[in-house]
Amino acid sequence: MLTISTTVFAQDSANEAALTEAAAPATDGVGDAAAGEALFKANCASCHNLYKKRTGPALFGVGDKYESAWLYEWIKNSAGLIASGDARAIEIFEEYNKSPMTAFPGLSDTDIDNIIAYTYTEKKAPAVAEVPAGTDGGNGGGGVSNNIILGALALVFLLLVVMLFLVTNTLKKIASANGVEYPTKDPNRTPIWRVFVENQFLMLVSSIFLLLASAYFMYGFFMQVGVDQGYAPVQPIHYSHRIHAGANEIDCNYCHSSARKSKTSGIPSLNVCMNCHKSIGEVAEGVQVEGLSEYGVDYNKEIQKLYKAVGWDEAEQTYTGKTEPVKWVRIHNLPDFAYFNHSQHVTVAGVACQTCHGPVEEMEIMTQHAPLTMGWCINCHRETNVNVAGNDYYEKIHDELSKKYGVEQLTAAQMGGLECGKCHY
Amino acid sequence: MASNKKYWKSVEELNENSTIVETLQKNEFVTEIPTDEFLGDKETLEATSTTRRDFLKYVGFTTAAASLAACEGPVIKSIPYVIAPDEIVPGVSNYYATTIADGFDFANVLVKTREGRPIKIERNDLDGVNGSVNARVHASVLSLYDNNRLKTPLVGGKESSWADFDAAVAQKMNEMQGKDIVLMTQTFASPSTSKLIKEFTGKYPNVRHVVYDAVSSSEALDAFQTVYGTRAMADYDFSKAEVIISVGADFLGDWQGGGYDAGYAKSRIPENGKMSRHVQFEANMTLSGANADKRVPTSPSQQMQVLKALTGGSASGLPENIAQAVASAKAQLAKAGSKGVVITGLPSVDAQVVALRANAGSVVMDAQKPKMTRQGSALEVSKVMQGVLNGNIKGLITVGVDPVYSFPNNKKFTEAYQKLEMSLAFAMKKDATAELAQLVAATPHYLESWGDAQLKKGTFSLMQPTIRPLFSTRQFQDSLLQWTGNSKKYYDYIKETWSGVLGTTSWSKALEAGVLVSGVAVDNEVASAGAINLESATSNNALSSTAQSGGMELTLYTKTSMGDGQQANNPWLQEMPDPISRASWDNYVTVSAMDAKDLGLTNENVANGGLNGSIVNVKMGDVVVENVPVLIQPGQAKNSVGLALGYGKKAAVQEEMQTGVNAYALYDNFSTVQNVTLEKVSGTHEFACVQLHNTMMGRDIIIETSLEIFNTQNVSDWNPIPKVSKDHEEIPVTSPDADLWTSFDRSVGHHFNLAIDLNACTGCGACVIACHAENNVPVVGKSEMRRSRDMHWLRIDRYYSSEESFVADGEKKDSMSGLSESLSQFGEMENPAANPQVAFQPVMCQHCNHAPCETVCPVAATSHSRQGQNHMAYNRCVGTRYCANNCPYKVRRFNWFLYSENDEFDYNMNNDLGRMVLNPDVNVRSRGVMEKCSMCIQKTQLSILEAKRDGRPVSDAQFQTACSAACDKGAMTFGDINDHDSKVYKDKKDKRMYHLLEAVGTEPNVFYQTKVRNSKEA
Repeated sequence: MLTISTTVFAQDSANEAALTEAAAPATDGVGDAAAGEALFKANCASCHNLYKKRTGPALFGVGDKYESAWLYEWIKNSAGLIASGDARAIEIFEEYNKSPMTAFPGLSDTDIDNIIAYTYTEKKAPAVAEVPAGTDGGNGGGGVSNNIILGALALVFLLLVVMLFLVTNTLKKIASANGVEYPTKDPNRTPIWRVFVENQFLMLVSSIFLLLASAYFMYGFFMQVGVDQGYAPVQPIHYSHRIHAGANEIDCNYCHSSARKSKTSGIPSLNVCMNCHKSIGEVAEGVQVEGLSEYGVDYNKEIQKLYKAVGWDEAEQTYTGKTEPVKWVRIHNLPDFAYFNHSQHVTVAGVACQTCHGPVEEMEIMTQHAPLTMGWCINCHRETNVNVAGNDYYEKIHDELSKKYGVEQLTAAQMGGLECGKCHY
Repeated sequence: MASNKKYWKSVEELNENSTIVETLQKNEFVTEIPTDEFLGDKETLEATSTTRRDFLKYVGFTTAAASLAACEGPVIKSIPYVIAPDEIVPGVSNYYATTIADGFDFANVLVKTREGRPIKIERNDLDGVNGSVNARVHASVLSLYDNNRLKTPLVGGKESSWADFDAAVAQKMNEMQGKDIVLMTQTFASPSTSKLIKEFTGKYPNVRHVVYDAVSSSEALDAFQTVYGTRAMADYDFSKAEVIISVGADFLGDWQGGGYDAGYAKSRIPENGKMSRHVQFEANMTLSGANADKRVPTSPSQQMQVLKALTGGSASGLPENIAQAVASAKAQLAKAGSKGVVITGLPSVDAQVVALRANAGSVVMDAQKPKMTRQGSALEVSKVMQGVLNGNIKGLITVGVDPVYSFPNNKKFTEAYQKLEMSLAFAMKKDATAELAQLVAATPHYLESWGDAQLKKGTFSLMQPTIRPLFSTRQFQDSLLQWTGNSKKYYDYIKETWSGVLGTTSWSKALEAGVLVSGVAVDNEVASAGAINLESATSNNALSSTAQSGGMELTLYTKTSMGDGQQANNPWLQEMPDPISRASWDNYVTVSAMDAKDLGLTNENVANGGLNGSIVNVKMGDVVVENVPVLIQPGQAKNSVGLALGYGKKAAVQEEMQTGVNAYALYDNFSTVQNVTLEKVSGTHEFACVQLHNTMMGRDIIIETSLEIFNTQNVSDWNPIPKVSKDHEEIPVTSPDADLWTSFDRSVGHHFNLAIDLNACTGCGACVIACHAENNVPVVGKSEMRRSRDMHWLRIDRYYSSEESFVADGEKKDSMSGLSESLSQFGEMENPAANPQVAFQPVMCQHCNHAPCETVCPVAATSHSRQGQNHMAYNRCVGTRYCANNCPYKVRRFNWFLYSENDEFDYNMNNDLGRMVLNPDVNVRSRGVMEKCSMCIQKTQLSILEAKRDGRPVSDAQFQTACSAACDKGAMTFGDINDHDSKVYKDKKDKRMYHLLEAVGTEPNVFYQTKVRNSKEA
């Protein structure tokens, strides 16, 4: 896998280099596309895409449409240019619903040249076409090789069994040939099961054992009824926590903002998604490839599902007003008779989300990590100290209680966190 | 010793040769079981291939399969907003200030909403708020989710769109040009609406505006207009009163719009040895009478004389006891000077004028800033009624009123109404009027509407929507704007009106507060009825004639639960027991014990505790109200009867809630006093009455004393701590030596206590409904109520005492000797006296520190917390009911059935709309579990959590229960007694403090303040 992806990257950069070189002569100034890319990502990417209309126009080949001098002026102070009555400036301002472009007075002319150079980067052919052959093969190879090894092992064992059989046979033959008497079965001997049945003590012991064992397994079975640890339902939109919380390191509370102030952590409304996805209509090449190969998911299609739900017309960059609320499948279900408040744990206690929800940042598909049973809650309350630092509410209570119990730090249980009515009302 | 008595169940059994008895004795089952027929059918039996064994296999398999399938959890969907509104955080409540002005109840309120759904009404306690948030206002949130509401406008009885409706109205108005149309509205008390109606009548000069109050205060308005020139009602601040003399005015109920109880309660707390003295002359036993220091049963005709005597006339002709009481009251009034007040509820302009003039110098009455919450003129409404009857009026537009239901001669009116050329009704429901109207405009609930109101001169209130309209409804005002060709929305129209009111306050600030005290007075009166002719106005004649004729004097009243009947389809209100009679789901004629005896009317209790009563026909001239149940009411004045308005509604009311009889039929001339005769008919009526008329038998459940004793004697004399004997020595029950239990240390953290002041509690029941709303308390229906299976977590017990005081009861009990004597004397104590003393006592779970319920629970489902609350884990409860059995206060409630999503209990929890009112922070309990007051642990936990989040200690005001928050009288104080600055801590240290059944040693966390009566005569 590693080798494959490196080759892909090598190819990409080679392509890029070639394309930039080919395109470069068209520009007035000569820019450094690599430096331009960094600048583009830092300054422009939130509103512009090279090939697609976003908040602002697609920038591919923008240097062909406008001369450098005009672009310098526009980028450094677009409002000024519009105010001066420049026809082209006004036209573009009108076209994009009169949303003014941020002025970038800090960019030098060279910087702008670099960015323009970068805008000539040709769109890569969809990675899907070229990659699968290699990846699929590799992947399949891995699967096949495992099977082959297992199959070979099975074959070896089978051979061993056959050989063993043959060896005994041969030995028997040799024995009979040598005149060694081979003991035959005594037809009057009581079969072993009868001996077992007739031995009452053995029967008693084994039936007790059986009963205990079945009780044990029955108990285990019944105790897991309604416990959905590991529940990972298919969601209407494939949402990868791995990418958002893991790779992009988005804070959990950014989307689940009500966890800080409400009893529910809240499934983010779609307008929260659109804060970023308004300008992220496609995932990066590598991510897309990985999604297809590792998880069989086309992330770009999933983003399109989001757009459909929220009613976002990507081409026109407008909301159509036609919305379809997303019916997510709820994963963590507490029974109605248990009251749980996120803000108590997140804001007051400062418990990390991962404590209960597991390594979410590694989960491609969200899974119920904890059993969410009462025993699990209570264990944590018994073991966890109350976070009293800098909280005036606890000052008096904690002082007096810790004196009473003779401890330095009180656990949630000692604070009253095991009382029935604290969670059941 | 064996008995040779013969027991029998039926008279038939005494008949020796009865075949039916023989058959019944021989047969195991009453009806024959067709086994022979079944087994005799050989053909079918042989044709079937299923053997008995196979059958059992199938049964076993399906049972196993069903139980296995049940193991799999359901898939639960979560649907977030597409675009979340900024102000909504799922799981966090938002509060909005608004105003209820439904024509009967007017009050500034706060509305608690969750995820955009209003779920509870709370008091707005800013300065300048008006109106009392009573039980009906608390319950109004459920009326929003009424399944019987109109969902679209109707044209000719068919559902229609607003565009079609507007076209139909326009066409009709065109046709009606020049013909007399009356626009009959409820009282809006709204400056903007008044202005708008003027614009409308300006555009359509043939339309005339008349205000109609279903329960009229016309006489008070007329009187005020006569004396002060404006059509309004005097406001009273009873907190300033030293002597209150009420002649038939139930001012703690709905007298002149109500809302006086909070002020009254303030004057009732004995501070610095002083409290007000309240004397009540009345016919029906009302809340005011029940709270009075001295109550004199007086029939309406006598009341007129009493009023005259009080204001200077002679007391001749009155019975001696009343004359004495009048003389005494007069003397006290004179002594109190400007701090005395006389009020009357007599439906006579004369009487009202007399009272107003008598109060001219009183600081209690405020005539400068009068109340605007009633504006109807009985005279004008009578004219409209006549006009419709004789055909002079061609068109009638009704807004928020239901004349077909509430007009006195409604049969004739109904016929005339159907013959009108134009009938247009603005209604929330397809009520009796809307059912017959040609055009019906569906109006929204007040929680879905914009509006403003001037409840009191110079005090303005705003009404704002707290939810998007649930149905395709349009406000009356928006319709008027549309029809007057105004393109503005009513919201902008209000803003425009308010530009003159706001002054320096911003619109947003005013909206946030919901109330604004302004120096400006905007006219929101209707054009007055012109010069008032005292002779013809209202019911002077009725009053004087009552005294002459031979029948009984009927006083019509409104119940604290049902009011004028607008919310008849509200199960919370139907199930709320009347504070006095403790009967729910009914109205009934209240009769004095003596009259009942004369007429042969009875009340009896049956074995399951239910109350049965006789049935009468109530006759007034040619009007007969049939089959009215009779409730014998202790304290009812002789020769008088009472009957509540607002019941007997059929249209747009669910069948279960079509209770009682329509007493509006007797509301002749819009006068609450009528002359009727009762005629006994056969049959008995089954009441759903939750407290029997038992006296306290001298038990110290209520401790009460007189102001004199309270001021002069030691606490140990009037509020003694019960003593128990240990080693033949008497020790107080509170001493640790008397304790069987080792006590927990509760000195650290919070320790919640609830104080209930019996002096401040008027028994209004607002807390009962607030508890309903906060804790998802189910409605069980009339038949279950009758079996005393009510689910109210909080009940208000009403106690009568046969003797003039409870002390006398106690003395009687102590002086009894011997078995036979005590039996007969206890029997006497159970006889309700002609004029008993009344005491109210709210009782909820007492949250005992040494709780008897906790020790008997076999599964530890109920346990104690360090914070003083007695916890109840429903999911742990297996329903043995041992706890309820062992509870000395009888506050635990058992779920005999599943009350939600069960067609047998088709109330709000059985439909999607009604379930929207449920509090998401509190469980909906299932069948077979015990439940009880939790001391609103969800509220205390939230207060604590908010404090933790902000990193601060919790302040005293932040701890509230639903009942303590709902009580505007300060009768309930909740708080942390470990916080020594808290109000509840001070109450606990007060010398009036006592615990319920202290002698049992349960150490409750709920405590009461001894009731003190100002029994000193002048």
